[in-house]
Amino acid sequence: MLIEALIAVTLVSAFVVMLAPDEVAGKLAFALSLLPVAGSLWMFGQFDASGNALFESGNLAFETTARWISVGPYALNWHVGLDGISMPLVVLSTLLTSLAIVSAWTPIQERQSQFYSLMLFMLASLLGVFTALDFFVWFVFWEFVLVPMYFLIGIWGGPRRKYAAIKFFVYTNVASLVMFIGFVALVFALPVQTMDLPAIAAALDAGNFQTTYGLGAETLKVVAFFAMFLGFAVKVPLVPMHTWLPDAHVQAPTPASVMLAGVLLKMGTYALLRFNFTMLPGVARDYAVLIAIFAVVSVIYGAMLALAQQDLKRIVAYSSVSSMGYVILGLVAYNVYGLGGATFQMVAHGLISGLMFMCVGVIYNVAHTRMVGDLSGIADKMPVTAAVFVAAAFGYMGLPLMAGFAGELFIFLGGFSATFPYAQLFTALAMFGIVVVAGYLLFAMQRVLFGPFSADTDYDIVPAAPHDAAAIVVLVLLVVVLGTVPEVFYGMIQDAVNPMVDSLPEATAFLTGGEL
Amino acid sequence: MVELPPLTPQILLGLTAIVLFGIDIIAPDTRKNGLLASVSAIGTVAAAATAVWFLAAGSGDYRFVQFDGALVVDALSLFFAFVVASVATLVVIGSYDYIEGEEHVSEYYSLVLLAATGMSLMAAANSLVTVFVALELASLPSYALVSFLKTDRGSVEAGLKYFLIGALSSAVMVYGISLVYATTGTLLLDDIAAEVAGNQFGGVLGLGILMLAGGFAFKTASVPFHFWAPEAYEGAPAPISAFLSSASKAAGFAVAFRVFTTAFPLDAVAAVAIDWSLLFAVLAVVTMTLGNFAAATQNEVKRMLAYSSIGHAGYVLMGLAALQSGAAEANAFVLGASMTHLLVYGFMNTGAFLFVALVEYWDVGRTFEDYNGLATRAPVACVAMTVFMFSLAGLPVGGGFLSKYLLFAGTVQAGFAWLAAIAAINSALSLYYYSRVVKAIWIEDPSDDLSLAGTPTGLYTAVVAAAVATVVLLVAFDPVAQTAVHAADVLFAL
Repeated sequence: MLIEALIAVTLVSAFVVMLAPDEVAGKLAFALSLLPVAGSLWMFGQFDASGNALFESGNLAFETTARWISVGPYALNWHVGLDGISMPLVVLSTLLTSLAIVSAWTPIQERQSQFYSLMLFMLASLLGVFTALDFFVWFVFWEFVLVPMYFLIGIWGGPRRKYAAIKFFVYTNVASLVMFIGFVALVFALPVQTMDLPAIAAALDAGNFQTTYGLGAETLKVVAFFAMFLGFAVKVPLVPMHTWLPDAHVQAPTPASVMLAGVLLKMGTYALLRFNFTMLPGVARDYAVLIAIFAVVSVIYGAMLALAQQDLKRIVAYSSVSSMGYVILGLVAYNVYGLGGATFQMVAHGLISGLMFMCVGVIYNVAHTRMVGDLSGIADKMPVTAAVFVAAAFGYMGLPLMAGFAGELFIFLGGFSATFPYAQLFTALAMFGIVVVAGYLLFAMQRVLFGPFSADTDYDIVPAAPHDAAAIVVLVLLVVVLGTVPEVFYGMIQDAVNPMVDSLPEATAFLTGGEL
Repeated sequence: MVELPPLTPQILLGLTAIVLFGIDIIAPDTRKNGLLASVSAIGTVAAAATAVWFLAAGSGDYRFVQFDGALVVDALSLFFAFVVASVATLVVIGSYDYIEGEEHVSEYYSLVLLAATGMSLMAAANSLVTVFVALELASLPSYALVSFLKTDRGSVEAGLKYFLIGALSSAVMVYGISLVYATTGTLLLDDIAAEVAGNQFGGVLGLGILMLAGGFAFKTASVPFHFWAPEAYEGAPAPISAFLSSASKAAGFAVAFRVFTTAFPLDAVAAVAIDWSLLFAVLAVVTMTLGNFAAATQNEVKRMLAYSSIGHAGYVLMGLAALQSGAAEANAFVLGASMTHLLVYGFMNTGAFLFVALVEYWDVGRTFEDYNGLATRAPVACVAMTVFMFSLAGLPVGGGFLSKYLLFAGTVQAGFAWLAAIAAINSALSLYYYSRVVKAIWIEDPSDDLSLAGTPTGLYTAVVAAAVATVVLLVAFDPVAQTAVHAADVLFAL
């Protein structure tokens, strides 16, 4: 019942905040958001799962099942639980929401109670997405995440917020529909009377199709795989389905950007991992080269796009496209390093990109501009922010002892030891992305933070507000802690990834008995 | 303990109407809006509660034949009695503020109750005579209610249009009934079914069935008798629009479900006369497509809701279209899904129209632009409206998501994947015009002089209650769907 309690507490908090007066809404929302943080950390401490949630050998933590709907031939269950893949993401969601709420105290001055209430609604839905193990429950939460984000962008966004909000909504919703149809068509073809994900995974593994709509089992699997892949790739986003992202990020208020980059993008990779790569590993294996091309193009093209930007927020937004490409590369490698590194990178990138957006937000709160050309040498005036920003940028590049290193290292290890054709070439190309990342971040930082001071803005450059500084310092410390002791997550991640690896032995020919 | 008559919900509704007249006779010259609204609400709540109680107590398996088979009380009739009574409850509570300043208040409430009586009787009608009488009992008060705002040209015009098309479709239907009687020699639905198989006047019978279907199309605002709906819903007082588009539509479907499944079993009728499921398949496609495309081009919220209501009639028609002979389980499933959708729709659509009533009460205006920035002044009502809009569009914030899914899944299971695909495309399109409302109230900036006079308690209560019901139906969907599928099962088991 802990997961239900966690979601319920968050929902109740959202209602309480909605009814609170604007003056106290921010503080109250932060205080209430500490409850899910404490809850998720306590669950992390008590975590006793082993194996993968979708495999029968798995032993889930905090699992509950209850009948929700049973009509005609269908049984839909409320089924939630945590394994080593979802637990870190739950912790990430609660932590980042709390910090994003603090980062909203300065920029959000209108309709505050509604803003913070929506942030908490979003957290509740995110917790649902990462814990649900019934497709229907999962889909309800998955769709529900869109609603608060739509309002967050549409109401509190920048000048073109209406366009950005509707583009975000339509893009992701159409993608969800494609994915939904693909997955449901697959389930209807199987001899299961339920939408329970472990049961569906088992049925797919057994491979007894009732009907294949005249397509043949293999073709149906491929069609369903790519319907889902397309749906999730928009969320990730992979080039060329990424065009909603810069609009959404640039127009969104900073706290919403933090959540969007930090957690919402991970929904896409999480779903890819859970659905495409766990349930249809054979197809993922057969089309590994195609998927790897998508991944590498995203890495390189995202990095190139970032290089061409003048707006700090756009730079970070495009660099997310690049970083998420690494995650896909890790997934497609399909060995214990690749899958484990990809999962770890979801959390690491969540923290680091959230941190980057927060730093940009802190600078914008003070300077009211984000353009690289407008600012120069502000490190002297904002020493804490500058220091954290530099640390974040190094984290992004994968500096050892920062969280990004632990993720990317294993992704590349996995990529090099993968057995799909040209795996080493793809990995080498993707590593080239690192160089470009280093290039654009160093360039931007050098211009904005160092050099002779000048600020083309009507506002005085003063040190960041204490709560802003505190939020980014806490977050950078989390990044360092996670980079120093990655075992806190790697232990459980490896446990959850091993059954996947075992299900596709040909992917790990070089790597029998690999350990993280 | 005294045994209650099986028709108690209907009797309660009718009695309440008479009590309301009585109150007006005793004290004709006093303002008593509050008293009348309370009495009406108590009556409708009692009727809804009785229906639920009967459903729960009888576990759905019973079937009480009343008046020599002219009326029948089974799970289907109780299910729709609940839908009608609960919609009527929301409507009378919302009307309390809406008609505060009007004259003839007691007539208003009694007409609503009389129409509700007729609608709930429609669901119980088991003979073509009672079908027709109940239908007229529901229709005649509705005509008067639509033109209730006598000094408003739009209201009167709407009432006239509604009445003319209603009279025409009644005539068509009566003629259809006479043809069915001529070929079968009986008006009782069960007896008709026995006479249909191998009937030698197949052509005449088919014409009669076609004309009956026309009558139901009028009541449910489906193509080809849908013209009245946008005008009537737009001109009528908004609570009445809510009542007609939710309860009246549900009752029309209830009677259509019963008549077609009981009196005209598909296998027998298709052999001698016409394959009515094909007819409904065509009507479903045309109705949902026309409704959705027309809704997308509207500038006024109320008109948009009117066309969206036609679109939803198209979805529900799939429940009749996807029936096939000899597949009792699949049939019960898809018909039950249709019924479930009508119940969920009853709450979310009534709520949406009552929100429009609230906006009309504030005198804000009718177009999407007039709704701009309402959320800055009335956040609670706007949260409710957002729930209605997203739930109508099929996003999982309310029961509409599940009932639509169930309906589409049932249609696919019955082998009509193409029909479900068209419905899914329509449903995806509908998000466009529903989200326009959400965008206007939350994201657009209000005009400078937007000010809302007062918070009408009744309308707020009704809107919030409908929103709560819509959300609760997402969680507590199971009992509703189970009951509906079971009710459909009973229908097919005859």
